[in-house]
Amino acid sequence: MSLTITRSARPLAPAASTAAAAAHHAQFHTLRALALRGACWAVADAVLAVLLVVVRGDTFRHSIAYSESIGLSCWLLVDGGHIALTRLLARVRGIEIGDEPLLPWLDRGWMGWGWMLLALAIGCPLGYLIGARLGDLFIGAPAPMLSDVRGKDAAMSAAITVTMALVGVYFFYSRVRLAALRIEAEAARRIAAENELRLLQAQLEPHMLFNTLANLRALITLDPPQAQRMLDRLIAFLRATLGASRATTHTLAAEFNRIEDYLALMAVRMGARLSSVVELPAALADFVVPSLLLQPLVENAIRHGLEPKVGGGRIEVRARRAADRVLLEVSDTGVGLSPAATRRDAGIGVRLVRERLAVLYGGDATLTLEPAATGEDGTIARIDVPSAPPPAFARAAPEPA
Amino acid sequence: MTGVATALLAEDEPVLAQTLKAELARAWPELQVVAVVGDGEEAVRQALERQPALCFLDIRMPGLDGFGVAQALAEEWPDEATFPLLVFVTAFDQYAVQAFEHHAVDYLLKPVEPRRLELCVARLQRELQRRRAAPPADALGLAVEQLRALLARGVARPGGTGAAADAGATEPLAVIPAAVGDTVHMVPVDDVVYFEAADKYVRVVTATREYLVRTSLRELLPQLDARQFWQVHRGTVVQARGIAAAHRLDTGKIVLSLRGRSERLAVSRLYAHLFKGM
Repeated sequence: MSLTITRSARPLAPAASTAAAAAHHAQFHTLRALALRGACWAVADAVLAVLLVVVRGDTFRHSIAYSESIGLSCWLLVDGGHIALTRLLARVRGIEIGDEPLLPWLDRGWMGWGWMLLALAIGCPLGYLIGARLGDLFIGAPAPMLSDVRGKDAAMSAAITVTMALVGVYFFYSRVRLAALRIEAEAARRIAAENELRLLQAQLEPHMLFNTLANLRALITLDPPQAQRMLDRLIAFLRATLGASRATTHTLAAEFNRIEDYLALMAVRMGARLSSVVELPAALADFVVPSLLLQPLVENAIRHGLEPKVGGGRIEVRARRAADRVLLEVSDTGVGLSPAATRRDAGIGVRLVRERLAVLYGGDATLTLEPAATGEDGTIARIDVPSAPPPAFARAAPEPA
Repeated sequence: MTGVATALLAEDEPVLAQTLKAELARAWPELQVVAVVGDGEEAVRQALERQPALCFLDIRMPGLDGFGVAQALAEEWPDEATFPLLVFVTAFDQYAVQAFEHHAVDYLLKPVEPRRLELCVARLQRELQRRRAAPPADALGLAVEQLRALLARGVARPGGTGAAADAGATEPLAVIPAAVGDTVHMVPVDDVVYFEAADKYVRVVTATREYLVRTSLRELLPQLDARQFWQVHRGTVVQARGIAAAHRLDTGKIVLSLRGRSERLAVSRLYAHLFKGM
């Protein structure tokens, strides 16, 4: 029974946001989307035409002709202008649409409100003039003089045009934004689930599991009481591993108990090649940590440090308080960090621990790997967390007695 | 010794080694286990010394893994002796298992089931009987073929440093940082004539000088461009352009002479096919 921290898993991975960005782009820039927006405008213009008939007593034919022609030409100029400008801006600034977000929205096909207002400021009057002329042609009215564009009527039409354009743009902008948020949320959920799985896979390494089972199978005949003890350890280890997720916490006492279970299993497997020291000061027994935080480090120390070493060696797991920090150390006398291990990306275990620390402590916790001190082989992995845990940790269930 | 089959068991986990020995004794009472070893290097030493008919090799072992042992044996086995039958034992190496199905005498999955072990024993006995009836003209050549196929399939080799195993495919190295005293020399990979394994280090040899870097050849190998650098021996990787000629000695062995270096490099049986001439 541990407390679940409700907090979103981690910042979006680049791949996910790229996919999301590409999706927006597709949504805003395809011909189909453009046609859909045009149809929406045509319907809105028709509604406006009916309104004008009712309010001002215009003839329907007159009203629909001007509404549609002015409305659609404004829309075409603003929307088309928006798309053209976005692409132009993206090209000028060297951003691929659908690429990493370098400028807000530009990569997703949205050029920002400043440019949008410019498009409106140019598109609306121009659209109005062109649309009015088209309306004239449609009705069969004679071409009016430019000075004839006129008085109260014109001001009202212009106001209606601009308002509709603004409302329309805002409507589509919101839709794109909503879709963007939804896609990002989905991507975040998927990544969280994948990480959960990776954590489980890293902890339940099949090689470890089957070798342990092979030992158990042998001990059942050779030494039944020891087989039973080993099985108990395995059960405790499996229960903890399967129960723990990235978001659960428990006390350091519980953490160290699980490490002892794991080390006891390894001690049977490795025999005299493995010796271990696990030390937890009583004062830190109730200190709350993310469940099985140290497990991947202990496993690394054994799997990559001690198992490959012919003579085996010693692993030490300790916790101590230093001022307002708590240090958790896993050190081994194994083969040591290879240059390759430090040069290249860290292994999956180290990566998982770092990700969890980043999410749960928001940058106030570190994991460092360094060679053992005195020119000897071996590695020290050190986790440094604040001694005042994040508020979400406050209540962790005590380890059952 | 004829008539009595001999075996070497290489398994680093003491309980499992003991059990395998006990279960083999039950399934094959006449089998004589001549050595039980806990690491790969010891396995090579003991196998070369005692020349057993069978080797049961755990794949993940400290020092040298099961494949490494097989490779070392194939390279160093004396011409006149019969190459042992190899059985690989593994807890969970799915890719390796696929490869064994085609290229090893047998493989066993841990925990080893008695019935599976009996099948394995029957297969080994058949094979040994066939060898006794008609000694194979070239058991070693056959084993070399099998191992070559196994290695060529790029069997995912377990163990080593985790970072290397986890990082997967990366860009080939361009330079090698080699520490000499307080200075780190950046050695362009293109300048390297050959790499040679030396205990915990790798000797990096250029036309003019050599460096020691703290890594294993096994870790280095995946970071090199395989078309540019050829493995010619378990412990030697040579730049193809640096090879001047391959010479066949009277003993049948092949050695390479190099451009810009006077020493000669031995080519092992496993890689002799690279120098057949076109």
